[in-house]
Amino acid sequence: MRADVLLAALAFYLVSAALFLTLGARGDWGFILAFRGEKLLALTVVAVAVAVSTIVFQTVTANRILTPAIMGFDALYILIQSLTVAALGAGAAGWSGLPAFALETTLMIGAAGLLFGLLLRDSEDLNRIVLTGIVLGILLRSLNALVTRMIHPSEYAFVVARSYARFNSVAPDLLWIATPIVALVTAGLLIGARRLDVIALGRDPALVLGVDHRRAAIGLLVPVTLLVAVSTALVGPIVFFGLLVSAIVHQVAGTWRHATLLPAGALIGAGLLVLCQTLFERVLDMQATVLVVIESIGGLVFLMLLFRRARA
Amino acid sequence: MIRCHDLTVSAGGVRILEGVSAHAPAGAITALVGPNGAGKSTLLSVMGRLLTPDRGQVTLDGADIATLPRRDLARRLTTLRQSTRIVPRLTVRDLAGFGRYPHNPGAPTAEDRRIVEACLADMALTDLADRHLDTLSGGQQQRALIAMALAQDTPALLLDEPLNNLDLTHARRVMTLLATRARAGRAVVVVLHDLTIAARFADHVVALKDGRVRAEGAAAEVLTGPILGDLYDAEVEVHEIGGLPVILPI
Repeated sequence: MRADVLLAALAFYLVSAALFLTLGARGDWGFILAFRGEKLLALTVVAVAVAVSTIVFQTVTANRILTPAIMGFDALYILIQSLTVAALGAGAAGWSGLPAFALETTLMIGAAGLLFGLLLRDSEDLNRIVLTGIVLGILLRSLNALVTRMIHPSEYAFVVARSYARFNSVAPDLLWIATPIVALVTAGLLIGARRLDVIALGRDPALVLGVDHRRAAIGLLVPVTLLVAVSTALVGPIVFFGLLVSAIVHQVAGTWRHATLLPAGALIGAGLLVLCQTLFERVLDMQATVLVVIESIGGLVFLMLLFRRARA
Repeated sequence: MIRCHDLTVSAGGVRILEGVSAHAPAGAITALVGPNGAGKSTLLSVMGRLLTPDRGQVTLDGADIATLPRRDLARRLTTLRQSTRIVPRLTVRDLAGFGRYPHNPGAPTAEDRRIVEACLADMALTDLADRHLDTLSGGQQQRALIAMALAQDTPALLLDEPLNNLDLTHARRVMTLLATRARAGRAVVVVLHDLTIAARFADHVVALKDGRVRAEGAAAEVLTGPILGDLYDAEVEVHEIGGLPVILPI
């Protein structure tokens, strides 16, 4: 474990969090800290879930330009929103809170379980799963386009608003459910960090070292799915942020050890998201969704990694 | 002792191994020899349970390896394949340290560190121990991979062309080390293309061609002109220089 990297990542997160909590604050500190604290927790939980799930997914697939979002989670989430609006009409605005969170999380986990279960039953080809996930995403987007044709234009705005990750409308009760789930799953993955190191070596070396690669890979897709599903149900779809964090942490940490990569990724991801939100809200005085910008940067990083790999 | 019974392996409709039965005794180096495409690497992969045969069985000291839990097998047998992917941001010491994982999946103990350092020294890698693998030459990477296999400290070692990319000195070092391990009672199986090296270091030889065993026995019995001529479809002469065998194609 690289203690220097972890300390630097922790310092980065703490400075970002302190700025977020205090910058431009006027009035009752009790209210400000409670209000901003809740939002800080939402940002942190989502960033940790996305960063950790991306790093683990990349280890399992032995591919540093993949994110779990590529498996079609975002498309499924948006389809659920469209179907909700199509079914409930204007009443969809009231469809939120714990029931919506539980349904969305269950559907996403169920869809991933079905996908992985069917594909991995007779095959150990992870690339096939990833490709199927991409195709599934395209199918879900097409279905979504069909459903939105049936939605009244005035109600379509609801779907559009839900299509982007948002932190301003996270219900506190959901946060208190999502936080322990993300914390427990992350802790579990951290405990198995050395096993992740072995899996990162690839199928044959892992088998030689006594790790059943196929079973371990399937086992790891469960927590990855859970993290992505919880994060998406909490704030909405996030596609490229994980890729951005993973690229940064691999560059900064200079190690392959997951005992360093996972906590450093979680802290750097959370610090980055909180810092960007602080800049947007407090310095630039913009109310735009910060993730739109971060996702764009993440998309550019994705292209950069793609071109670099093509040149190599 | 590793024993293969009637192994058959196919891939893409092509038979790669056909009813292969052979054994690798403990306390000896067994060389797998034969022309390209003979099935040597496939046989080694099946022996190491990296590949499941269509038919047949491999036993290790009488136990069917297919029924052994993975971790138990990893404590008893290690395999070094010909083309092992290198993780770039890994140091030589880190890679060798992985060899201890089957014995201790937790934090490395003092004993683990001692074994890893000894294996690094055996492979003349102590000075390179903190270097990342992507900064090393092919031969140095190969030695690091061998160090990992040695650190696993198993009674059976399977190595597919371990002398790839190695210079004369390091090739001799590796074979001498394997011979020492074999004399200590381990079963060492090595895929070799250099027949002179095989003649000098192997105790037991399995000669394969077209997925079948053409000859098996003591090195002096198998590594002969007629058998090698049939194996490689070429004229081969076996000479002796300074009391050591030298095998040359004509």
